[in-house]
Amino acid sequence: MTTVELLWNGLAAFLTLCIFSFLYKDNPFYKFAEQLVAGVALGYWTMLLYHTTFTDKVLIPIFQQGKLHYILPTIMGIMMWTRFSKKLAYLSRIAIAFYIGVGTGVALPLYMYNYVFRQLQATVVPLQFSWLGLNSLLMVSFVTCTLFYFFFSKEHKGTFGGLSKVGIYTLMAGFGASFGLTVMGRVALLVQRIIFLREYFIALFGS
Amino acid sequence: MIRFKIRLALILISASVLLLFGYISSPGQELEAPPEPLPAPPTNVVISDDPNDDGHTTIVSWQLSRDDGAGLNNVMAYEIFRSTSPEGEFLQVGVMGKGLDSYIDRGEKEKTRNGEPNPRYIGAGIDYYYKMRAKSTTGTYSEFSELVVGQAKNNWYHTGKTNIMIAVLIFSGLVIYFITAAKRGKELYVRPIAGIDAVDESIGRATEMGRPILFVLGTGTAADLATIAGYTILARVAKMTADYQTKVLVPVNEPVMLAVAQETVKSAYMEAGRPDMYDEQNIFYVTAMQFPFVAAVCGLMIREQTATNFYMGIFHAESLILAETGAITGAIQISGTDQLAQLPFFIAATDYTLIGEELYAASGYLSKEALLLGPVKAQDYAKVILLTLLGLAVITWSFGWGFFKSLISTIS
Repeated sequence: MTTVELLWNGLAAFLTLCIFSFLYKDNPFYKFAEQLVAGVALGYWTMLLYHTTFTDKVLIPIFQQGKLHYILPTIMGIMMWTRFSKKLAYLSRIAIAFYIGVGTGVALPLYMYNYVFRQLQATVVPLQFSWLGLNSLLMVSFVTCTLFYFFFSKEHKGTFGGLSKVGIYTLMAGFGASFGLTVMGRVALLVQRIIFLREYFIALFGS
Repeated sequence: MIRFKIRLALILISASVLLLFGYISSPGQELEAPPEPLPAPPTNVVISDDPNDDGHTTIVSWQLSRDDGAGLNNVMAYEIFRSTSPEGEFLQVGVMGKGLDSYIDRGEKEKTRNGEPNPRYIGAGIDYYYKMRAKSTTGTYSEFSELVVGQAKNNWYHTGKTNIMIAVLIFSGLVIYFITAAKRGKELYVRPIAGIDAVDESIGRATEMGRPILFVLGTGTAADLATIAGYTILARVAKMTADYQTKVLVPVNEPVMLAVAQETVKSAYMEAGRPDMYDEQNIFYVTAMQFPFVAAVCGLMIREQTATNFYMGIFHAESLILAETGAITGAIQISGTDQLAQLPFFIAATDYTLIGEELYAASGYLSKEALLLGPVKAQDYAKVILLTLLGLAVITWSFGWGFFKSLISTIS
């Protein structure tokens, strides 16, 4: 490890330890690391937005490529700034409404495709007198019970309540598996960080 | 022993003869190998438009080389070349294995790259010239096929998604029907949702303790459906905090979300008749980057000792970090998200969780407004239709009849 690498890795190791110190309690080291990372991220993101949005989506298309229709969304963007004026603040609402309206409109068919049709398609499996058939039957039954749980027009009582309870147990079983899987991933990240610290200290003090 | 010696001698003599013969038969220069037969090129190459795309894809189809699986049987692959002019430079755009007779040429959508024309670009209405050749197992190539020309077209309608359009129309019709019914005074019942019933109690607790409330709208964008549902719950919480004179802190990670959150809280305070209590500084932008945002929010929880934390919106890997920090401070925590991968963490670490659709239903349940109750009812009826379809599709498909299955099948 060169001296420069040692210095940079030293800073990374110090900040890692600062963040880990939060496990004990809030302290000045954590506050320093937190405010440093939030400040750097804010500055970095501002410049990134300037280059990827303002330069690439406004300056270059309008002034270099002559795409004048880009002026419309630019005006919408400028309207967002009118929030700072009491007289013109209402204009910012138009831009916000447009942004959220378009977002929702685009999302609706995509949700219908990804979260409804593709899921249904995958659930349609033939029922057979075999282990595979039993698996299919269980899958269809659990999907049905889970959908019962998300039925809001009827109180969950009696048979309907029992079925929706099966639905929530199904969900919990799925969440449990997902929890275990993700925790394993997080442990891998922790191990990676500990290896980084170990290698740094070995480079610094020798094995 | 003698027999062994004789055998050894015979072997040695044979080897010498063979070596001598080999030397004589190769008088210092290599023999020329007979020319390897080249495979025949593919024929009848046709360029057609991909029927369900936005004009950046063509489909190349051809008739197999007569040496593919028959004849010389030496075709290993087909190489496809494209150019914008018949005399221009041809770019190899794809390779397909033997036995395959079509290739989807998905072009790139950017006309230029780093200021230079992008050779991989395909645009609608432009003539593209294609030619192909077959590659043999020994690496030799056939002649090129005939030059053919074709265009990509911008298709306005995706034929494989007609059923989605019908479903969206039916759903929209149900939403309009139920909103109209609610506006006419029809009572629409929505069952109690545990997490939402706890909202009032948790705000009351914060007021009693004299501590602020934290409301996090997630790390999605302002236009995400879950974030939009979060605004409705924020409005309800803000109205109550205005009534109880409790501070609500809303750190956000997106500028547009900041504007919407400020408007939401301001409107709620005005509705509660306490516009004087509204402080814009309590709804603030932190940063758009995920983990710096989380570090700042965790610090805020510890330093402000928030009594109640709400997490409503789209969350990613930060869900457990936030929820665990909130648990350390002893805050009551209510979460809600439609992100399947994060729900387990919220369920494990927060007191109440709105699972997926419950988050959307909560907005209607809280407000009791026709505009928000209508969609909740429409969703329930849509579920009944979908469950019926699912049941019919499974039963009929088990008997080999695929009509109902085809109704819910889509092409991507």
